[in-house]
Amino acid sequence: MKTSEQVIDEILTLAATHFKTDRAELSPDDDFFKKLGIDSLQALELLTRLENHFSVELPDYEVAGVTDFRTLAERIQARL
Amino acid sequence: MQSYKGETLTWELIDGCVELALHREPCNEIGLKTLEELEKFVEAHETLKNQAHALIIHSQMKAGFCAGADLRDLYFRAKEMGFDKAAPLVRDFLNRIHRVMNAIDASPLTTIAATHGVTFGGGFELALVCDLIIADKMARFCFPELRLGLIPGFGGIPRLKRDLGNAVVRDLLLTGRSINATKAQAVGLVSQLVAEGDALKVARFTAAQVKKFDRATAAAAKKFMKPIPYAELRQEIEIFCELFTKPAVEAGLRKFVESDNAHPYLP
Repeated sequence: MKTSEQVIDEILTLAATHFKTDRAELSPDDDFFKKLGIDSLQALELLTRLENHFSVELPDYEVAGVTDFRTLAERIQARL
Repeated sequence: MQSYKGETLTWELIDGCVELALHREPCNEIGLKTLEELEKFVEAHETLKNQAHALIIHSQMKAGFCAGADLRDLYFRAKEMGFDKAAPLVRDFLNRIHRVMNAIDASPLTTIAATHGVTFGGGFELALVCDLIIADKMARFCFPELRLGLIPGFGGIPRLKRDLGNAVVRDLLLTGRSINATKAQAVGLVSQLVAEGDALKVARFTAAQVKKFDRATAAAAKKFMKPIPYAELRQEIEIFCELFTKPAVEAGLRKFVESDNAHPYLP
């Protein structure tokens, strides 16, 4: 079972890799829409990448309204 | 016409396979121009079907296969004439897009949707008319119409019911949630799940395989296996047009179109 710190770290690394952002500039409480500069279509891409990475199914209505990495990690952890 | 380059789509006959590429920014939203060019394709298909063995539909847009109907176009056209008077406009569009979808569905060619990214609403419906869906692992499928106070209008429910168990259909429709390609393959929607960016390549391999079979036999088998649910498709148009006159639709479309945040494609 991954710890919440591990899940957050993996999310930040994945986000930095795929949205061309410096990993060091990302922190758990960042608004990922603003920090990554993404729109809703790209947010769906992020969701799909997270589902594939963690091998979970995460209904989009569970993450609707979520804007920070930490809450996103909590939603994912609930499905691990 | 063996090849065509339009504003929203392009097609070409290559070695017995017709490749129809969608390329309208941002994600192939289907408005009047796309409809007109799809109708042009259906007209050309009458000749192409005698020269080819397969049809591949794919997208050249990074965001995905197709995000569905052009809701902005729909909203502003309906608003201009008044939502209460827009039903004939909507009916005309639906009749035309159904003729396109039905023609591709009934094609004697083996038809393949090569999908990636957003495959939503009308885009999902376009994939569903094809015999096979080959999806890369970043593809995502969704029927978000209930968020707008509508049901899918391009043949989605009858064709989804044709292919999947009703429980899955209800899950997708009544929650409006999107599912990824892995889930879509697990429920039987996607025939081949491939690496990111490889859907078109694998679709071409598949098209080369189906070329080995006698066309008349393949067409007969397809007609037997894949009946077109015409009665339900007509019923869908009636339900859609009836729902379109309800206040929830204008409110839902306005919310989508006037959204100034980054979330319009999220539930």
